[in-house]
Amino acid sequence: MSASDHAALSSQLSTPHVGGANVREVHDSFHGDLLEVSMGPHHPSTHGVFRMIVTLDGETIVKLKPVFGYLHRNHEKLGETVTYLGSMPYTDRLDYLSSMTNNWAYALAVEKLAGQAVPERAEYVRVILAELTRLLNHTCLAGFLMQDCGCSGTPLMYAFREREYILDLFESLSGSRMMCNYQRFGGCRVDPSADWLTGAQKLADRYGTFLDEFETLLTGNEIIIARTQGVGKLSPELAISAGVTGPMLRATGVNYDLRKVDAYGVYPRFDFRVPLGDHGDVYDRYMIRVLEMRESIKILQQALAGLPAGPIMDPKAKLRSFRPKAGEAYGRIEGPKGEIGFYLLSDGSPNPYRYRIRPPSFINLTVLEDMCLGHTVADAVIILGSVDIVLGEVDR
Amino acid sequence: MFKRDPEDCPLSQEVTPPPPAVTEAERDELRRQGILLTSLQELYTWGNSHSVWPLNFGLACCAIEMIAASMAKFDIARFGSEVFRPSPRQADLLIVSGTVTKKMAPQVIRLWNQMPEPKYCIAMGACAISGGPFKQGYNVLKGIDRFIPVDIYIPGCPPRPEALLHGLVQLQKKIQGFKLTGPDAPRHLRDDQPCNCPVPEFGEHDLEPPANPEVWTAPPAIVRKD
Repeated sequence: MSASDHAALSSQLSTPHVGGANVREVHDSFHGDLLEVSMGPHHPSTHGVFRMIVTLDGETIVKLKPVFGYLHRNHEKLGETVTYLGSMPYTDRLDYLSSMTNNWAYALAVEKLAGQAVPERAEYVRVILAELTRLLNHTCLAGFLMQDCGCSGTPLMYAFREREYILDLFESLSGSRMMCNYQRFGGCRVDPSADWLTGAQKLADRYGTFLDEFETLLTGNEIIIARTQGVGKLSPELAISAGVTGPMLRATGVNYDLRKVDAYGVYPRFDFRVPLGDHGDVYDRYMIRVLEMRESIKILQQALAGLPAGPIMDPKAKLRSFRPKAGEAYGRIEGPKGEIGFYLLSDGSPNPYRYRIRPPSFINLTVLEDMCLGHTVADAVIILGSVDIVLGEVDR
Repeated sequence: MFKRDPEDCPLSQEVTPPPPAVTEAERDELRRQGILLTSLQELYTWGNSHSVWPLNFGLACCAIEMIAASMAKFDIARFGSEVFRPSPRQADLLIVSGTVTKKMAPQVIRLWNQMPEPKYCIAMGACAISGGPFKQGYNVLKGIDRFIPVDIYIPGCPPRPEALLHGLVQLQKKIQGFKLTGPDAPRHLRDDQPCNCPVPEFGEHDLEPPANPEVWTAPPAIVRKD
């Protein structure tokens, strides 16, 4: 950094406006040379090919500039060149940890566009799969976050052990572990068998035991509390004005869950609570996810108990030569990372005229600099981990 | 480009291997007596093939399956490759796990150049092989083998962790087949093979150059004869 750049940046510097016990004040009189560090795109803790250009004063972050686009795979442009159904496999690859909820959000948008009804059994199966995806995503996130905190290996091993059980269910239902491509416009592709439902029931029954074990290991751990409490605070006002959704928003104490607000699908029939945080720090974001998993198990139990008989696909649904009439639709659901939405503009042709994705982790990432200012560079790693990003969705 | 001086390195000279004086049965008998008889070449490839340390480097969806392969259920440690190194200087194996975009390609090739020989490359998944489902995209590189030499291709979108383990075993077999001398010697023991690949730059429309002619030639165009 040249001397003039340094002077210009130093004059912009002020005490970071975020609060919290661990935030360090930057004293102008002690300024040394500022150091620019480029973290990523190849860095083990950036959760993919994300790059942060961090300006450091000693070890304290005074400026953070994210650089995107290292995984820009042209999802939206490709979505305009393939048919409506042809985009379904591409949605799997957006947020590749939770393909089932991406499928659902996209199917919901097309169903709104075409005025397509969904049978009740399919709605229940969608809820079951969405909650399994939430369990999978939150478990993996907790594992990765602990990896970022420095407990290398063990929590992630436990998380991936449980992930395999859920993936076994996905594979036996859809034929693929990660890229399920399971939802269709007007229902689901295959009907889950009685064996599959028994397997899902078993998983729902014993997942609470795993969470107990996981929490015994982590939640009260003194090192994790010291590392995460008061770090990366996000105020509810900033979260709302930046459009942050999902567990990130609820950790700041804002009661906003699309499952309650939009009441899409058959969610109003289930009894569950929306856990809320107090402080909006990394620890709250971790706790919110653990509590959400417990609520997900409750929803799973209710959905499996109340699963009605009937067709899995609407018999009137048209799969071949599907051409919705001209118009537009926006379908959104509460994905594990926040509001995942698809905006579709149809001109009556087999392809969408415009295909736009609202990716939750990209929008949640916009407040990264505000959360990181005044923290050390080691804290930036866990703050990024707590945002829960997947680069397939951020860069699209 | 680094070229080895043949006079400095006796390994690179043509050496006719002596005929095997000890038969397989005699070696077995010696092993029973507690004497292990081996050749330098066997020892070298045996050690090399069973400690292939991958670079801790994920690109996209396949990276999750790569992590899954290193976890308890699939346990890549059974094959000696559990040590994922964060630095390319300490790694032997580059697993290109996911879509390589044109923005990312220079960094992938730079990482490859930073790895010391002997080094190997696995193209994991359809995207790394050819661009996969995103091949039509304007920003997607149509296969990492355009720029760096690839040893093993693992098809799938994403490949299962078992497929990655199978690819690793295939790589081990390939390493065990290496000769220390002669025309079958691997790249790092030969003088006529490059160690580094030129890093492309952003051009006006595409990467410049769009491919490395030393490792990749365009496949012949298929013309229908009517």
